[in-house]
Amino acid sequence: MKHTLTPQRYLILLAVILTASVGDTLLSHGMTQVGPVSLQNLGLLLVALKNPWVISGILLLLGFFASYLTALSWADLTFVLPSTSFGYVIIALLSRFWLHEHISVYRWLGIVLIVCGVGFVANGPALTEHPQPVTVDEATVGVER
Amino acid sequence: MTHAGPVETWATIFSVAGTAIAGDVLTAGAMRRIGDLDLIRAQHGMLGAIRAVLGSGMFLLGVLSMAVSFFALLFTLSNVDVSLAAPASASLTFIGNAAAAKIFLKENVDRRRWIAALFVCAGVALLAR
Repeated sequence: MKHTLTPQRYLILLAVILTASVGDTLLSHGMTQVGPVSLQNLGLLLVALKNPWVISGILLLLGFFASYLTALSWADLTFVLPSTSFGYVIIALLSRFWLHEHISVYRWLGIVLIVCGVGFVANGPALTEHPQPVTVDEATVGVER
Repeated sequence: MTHAGPVETWATIFSVAGTAIAGDVLTAGAMRRIGDLDLIRAQHGMLGAIRAVLGSGMFLLGVLSMAVSFFALLFTLSNVDVSLAAPASASLTFIGNAAAAKIFLKENVDRRRWIAALFVCAGVALLAR
């Protein structure tokens, strides 16, 4: 059975992609303002927590984790992970056009490969159909809920 | 900056990827067991959904694995060049996740998904150049 996603679920995937990439970029921007942190001056991490860019980055990454978990509750890991890797493309574009970093030919090629990879899974079913909702082999993983 | 031998370099990179894969598979397995979060939220509200997630031992073990992976990455980055450590661990995690999802989560990892994993893996390696 082909499992297709509703528009609302595509929005969740979009939220996963955007919160992860924008959150990382905000953190990166904030940390360049804070300065390099080393083992000798770990206290600087507390100063970083007062930086508005770092705070908004952390808030977005919390939003990322919530939407990522929601996506995993109705789609396969091997569907969600390549989809979210589209965030690498967003980060590259943000760093090029917002942080004005240089993007080499290799990086553009990497971006093209990721877009192609995402295109492959996006066309397929999102969830593997099982006769029973059994997913993880407890005997193999050895974990009790 | 690399001042670790090849064995130590790859041992740390593999430990980063291994714990990341364990974290991803455990959280994904936990979410599959818990069920559709949209439905749970509709029935029991946001707090009910949060309680369902945080009450899962498998989920907490997954988060613990992710945390161990993060610190293993920090340790690796202090001994190995970031241009090798970051893309190598990310690429290994992608391929390993496809295999682990097939074995442990019984996901249907067909040719389309393998190709996607390989493309993304190669793309990540190129991005780090």
